[in-house]
Amino acid sequence: MLSNFGNLLLFINIFLSLTIIYSALRCLKISSKFIPKTIYQISTLQSTLIIICFFTLIAGFIVSDFSLTTVYQNSHSLKPLFYKISGTWGNHEGSLLLWVIILTIFSFLFLIFTKNHPKEYRIFTLVIQNILILGFLFFILFNSNPFSAISPIPKEGLGLNPILQDPALAIHPPLLYLGFVGSSIYFSAAMASLITNYSQTTFAHSIKNWVLISWCFQTLGILVGSIWAYYELGWGGFWFWDPVENASLLPWFAMTALLHSLIVFEKRGLFYFWVITLCLLTFILSVTGTFLVRSGILNSVHTFASDPTRGIYILLFLTLMIFSSIFLLFKKYKKENYDLNPNSKETFILVNNWFMMFYLITVLLGTIYPIFTDVLTGNKISIGPPFYNVVIIPVVVIFLLIMAIGPKVKWIKEKFNNLKNYLLILLGSILINFLIILLFKSYSILSNLIIISSLFLIISSLIDAFKSFKKNKTNFARIISHASFGLLVMFIGLNDIFSVEKDYNIKLGETKNFDNYSIELQNLEIEKFSNYKAVIGSLEIKNNKTNKKNILKPEIRIYENPQTLTYEAAIKTSFLKDYYLTMSNIDRSDYYNIKFQKKPLMIWIWISVIMIALGGFLRLFQNEKYN
Amino acid sequence: MKNIIKISIFIIIIFIVAVFFMGLNKDTNYNTNVLTGKKISNISLEYFDENKFYKEEDLKKNNYTLINFWAAWCAPCRKEHPLLMQLSKEKNLKLLGVNFKDKKKQAEIFLNDLGNPYDFLTKDELGKSSVKFGIYGIPESILINKDLMILKKFVGPLSTEDYDSIVEIIN
Amino acid sequence: MKFKLLMIILLLNFSLANGEEKKVDQNTIHKNLRCLVCQGQSIADSNSDFAQTIKLVVKDLIKDGKTEREIYAFMADKYGDWIVFKPQVNKQNFILWFLPYLALVLGGVIIFFLFKRRRN
Repeated sequence: MLSNFGNLLLFINIFLSLTIIYSALRCLKISSKFIPKTIYQISTLQSTLIIICFFTLIAGFIVSDFSLTTVYQNSHSLKPLFYKISGTWGNHEGSLLLWVIILTIFSFLFLIFTKNHPKEYRIFTLVIQNILILGFLFFILFNSNPFSAISPIPKEGLGLNPILQDPALAIHPPLLYLGFVGSSIYFSAAMASLITNYSQTTFAHSIKNWVLISWCFQTLGILVGSIWAYYELGWGGFWFWDPVENASLLPWFAMTALLHSLIVFEKRGLFYFWVITLCLLTFILSVTGTFLVRSGILNSVHTFASDPTRGIYILLFLTLMIFSSIFLLFKKYKKENYDLNPNSKETFILVNNWFMMFYLITVLLGTIYPIFTDVLTGNKISIGPPFYNVVIIPVVVIFLLIMAIGPKVKWIKEKFNNLKNYLLILLGSILINFLIILLFKSYSILSNLIIISSLFLIISSLIDAFKSFKKNKTNFARIISHASFGLLVMFIGLNDIFSVEKDYNIKLGETKNFDNYSIELQNLEIEKFSNYKAVIGSLEIKNNKTNKKNILKPEIRIYENPQTLTYEAAIKTSFLKDYYLTMSNIDRSDYYNIKFQKKPLMIWIWISVIMIALGGFLRLFQNEKYN
Repeated sequence: MKNIIKISIFIIIIFIVAVFFMGLNKDTNYNTNVLTGKKISNISLEYFDENKFYKEEDLKKNNYTLINFWAAWCAPCRKEHPLLMQLSKEKNLKLLGVNFKDKKKQAEIFLNDLGNPYDFLTKDELGKSSVKFGIYGIPESILINKDLMILKKFVGPLSTEDYDSIVEIIN
Repeated sequence: MKFKLLMIILLLNFSLANGEEKKVDQNTIHKNLRCLVCQGQSIADSNSDFAQTIKLVVKDLIKDGKTEREIYAFMADKYGDWIVFKPQVNKQNFILWFLPYLALVLGGVIIFFLFKRRRN
């Protein structure tokens, strides 16, 4: 019954999308400046129905209706309620429904919030957004339908992967989708802007907040994914340059570039076509990422189960999107006349975009290059952290310095008579870095540069904040985000420099010693839980200098549905450092392999990213206030 | 000039989409069986029963050698065993067995039950020597010639097609 | 005067930098090798049998005095390029290593020409 209801709603929504496209194009012929009420009504109905459709699927998961294939494949009656619900979007089919919801709701909200903009522009945005919606609805109905039914109805589900039963992972897709799926709206808006020649600076106003919203949520989505990886995957890292991680980072680079270019376009009307290009690029990258992740073309820790027909459909959709964007862009491109001074804020924002494109190309290349070598030469290569770190980190050093100086530069023309102040800040940064070396230990030249340049950004921002505060100016959004970016790089750098990792094979009762620490495997227990059995080790970490003791209990979990083995890390977090311990058994031996890590300042890495997003939300709030 | 840019962008995108499309049909599971054509070197495998070592010079005495990595605890090894027994009858081929990360007693029981096809039997208790052959999961077999060049690599249990191809090569 | 001070401090700082990074670190090597029987994990992160064997072999190679580069070359020779996370700098991967910097330079050139044009 749920299956039929869900399918019906999907069909109705296809019909509604077609209706909107038709009516919208029809009302272009009317001379009135206003969009007829019926279109608002259809849009409201569309959003309402798709939400009901989504809740229908959730209901299926909650009651464990195994007549629905998706529920059968991804859920189990013994699963805790919270994870039954989050399991709705934790699979390919269900998450596509989430895609459609966001596409639909953003379409509706854009319609409502752009009443002061030209009718034709809004109409075409609506039309193109609905074409995207149709594309995904067809994909769902004919390839990946969460409401497809199986008969006879199985008695029990195949269960959700235990690694996916985690609160961070539950909110990870919704956050990310508000980000990169949300970027669809300014893709459509950009196409509409080209079609209707809406190239005035007011165009920037219509998409500004959407770009901000999607950027903030993309940032948080990436953060939550990293937090999940850190706590759940057991390797103690939070970023692996895995293709799926990169897929979420690529739109972020484009969004950040767009965010900054919009400022220039809004203020001075420059770079319209570049802004349009970035709008189109962001969503194109989002769909490219979706293709890479769901088609099974790449090998990754995070892959969904793969099916080549999905890949073909998404690739086709992507190709159509790319060709139509490029076609329109070329057709409408006109050379711009502008007045650009090298010593200006505009230039520094251009430089931001320049660096963002560098990061984007590097990560994109690193992600898809193996596909090219495999297809063209048959040789499979791996591209991992060594590549990205070597290529990107040196450039980040310079980028941080520019980030510190850029925002203070005046529009149009800057006189640069406060160079002395910057030299002072640089001096201060080097001194603090020097102090760190003296107090603790020395590190590589590159690490030195990273610490110095991030300190430069942080100190500049703090001074900037202080000055603004005294003058009663409140541009804290930008200062918070930029300073937090500096903090992020600095904490990642310090964490990398001062992390300690030890790998031991240890037996019950044995103690291992290194530096000032002793680790003893004191106890091994076996405990039974509702859907798994756990071997829990009690390891005591003793700091021989301070005599402080910590007991960490890593686990080896044996799940039944499906049969999986997972390793739960024992993590002790404090403001100064995390202790991270994983344990695994060694086949045919009574030794256990333990990996102990001391990771300084971990929690500050998360806090920095939250603050980066916070700056964005603050800016959003300020924008709304001044409306 | 503008047309050149348009056409080149068009070609680049078609190229990228085509590669993606072809990539969809490729298997993402990695297989080392394509790593043929190299010579193996630095061989020193400890005999199963004696305190001697089987070395490169010994391998060069054979026309063809099939090096088979197996263990008693490995179920697919049982599946391919009859084919190994067949291959042991081949005159031009010598079988070198490497007992991988196994316990001596279990290995002996295995061979007593299913038969010993190996002309030479060695062991690699820690698995370290097998890494020199590029082994990552057993059973695996490597066919080499007199010059120690790798002719074929078989990852997983030998199939009848594999058997046929071996017989074809050695004759 | 301030500039000279800056230079002195800078020199002092970097003379202390680059401590003992010369020793071959087995953990770094483990992180840069792929576990072939796992989905996207490194040898350092994996608990599989294969990973444990490779760790033993790496230990021996370090004891034999091999450098990091030699160890990666050894692994790539036995298992193919797939096992090493750093792509080789060779003709096949030329575009990979070269293109990002080319893009960086190109971007700079474009911006430079933007300024040149506006003067006309």
